[in-house]
Amino acid sequence: MSAFDAVTVGDTVDFGSYEFTAERIKRFAREWDPQTFHIDEAAAEKSPFGALCASGWHTASVMMRLQVDHFARSREHGLSFGPSPGFDDLRWPRPVYADDVVSYSGRVVAKRRSRSRPGLGIVTTEFTGANQNGEPVFSMTAHVFVAAE
Amino acid sequence: MRYFEDFAVGETIDHGSRDVTADDIVAFAAEYDPQPFHLDAGAPETKLTGGLIASGWHVAAIFMRLMCDSFLLDSACMGSPGIDTLKWLKPVRPGDRLSGRSTVTEVRASRSRPDRGVVRFRHELISRDGAVVMWMDNPVFFGRRL
Repeated sequence: MSAFDAVTVGDTVDFGSYEFTAERIKRFAREWDPQTFHIDEAAAEKSPFGALCASGWHTASVMMRLQVDHFARSREHGLSFGPSPGFDDLRWPRPVYADDVVSYSGRVVAKRRSRSRPGLGIVTTEFTGANQNGEPVFSMTAHVFVAAE
Repeated sequence: MRYFEDFAVGETIDHGSRDVTADDIVAFAAEYDPQPFHLDAGAPETKLTGGLIASGWHVAAIFMRLMCDSFLLDSACMGSPGIDTLKWLKPVRPGDRLSGRSTVTEVRASRSRPDRGVVRFRHELISRDGAVVMWMDNPVFFGRRL
């Protein structure tokens, strides 16, 4: 059975969680998104966010890492997915602050065979991230190519 | 310092360029996206991708850094609610040079929060040969001159 055939709409997966320590937030941001509210506690206190918070690209990149780790552990799917043509409706509904612990999950919402690339399917998944209080901090609807034969 | 009032629909801002090396690709992927086609040019999985390619999140992060250095760090940016759509159209490979640009597609003052407005951008990353390798539609909050 191909990886595409093994996916069922409605499948849900918990990808685990990640602690956004101040050190991790600043290290990512210094390299990729050095806005003051991501790299400097004192400046962040005076910003609209009120405290140091993670770059949205950090929140998204961590989701990717947890997803890869999950499927690397799961023999069932192996690493037979990817790459991705893109995503829709990415939302950062509230900041991820230092020491927040974000738990990520995904739910398959659609699958179809690629028209342009025979042998590949496209699986669409809604990803969400919630902090330790259960408040949503991240969501997106992403598409990924999956081997279909 | 750019404020909300300093953006006009139709304006395009060039962000300069960045070269991408194999080491860059592997370093980002090792931390955030350790799939074989981002880590090892000799991995069998690169048959699907035609060789080592950068993580899409790496490509997005490269755009973000180019935009930061171009104007965002010297602006009244108040964060972003999200990305409406992002497309990774072409793979990014070692030796590529990526140029960033952003075109303002909408400018709208906030009704509920008079201290800010939303500027909507079409961001693009362009390869040396002029092809768009990634684009995204991104609303960003900017403070107003008060």
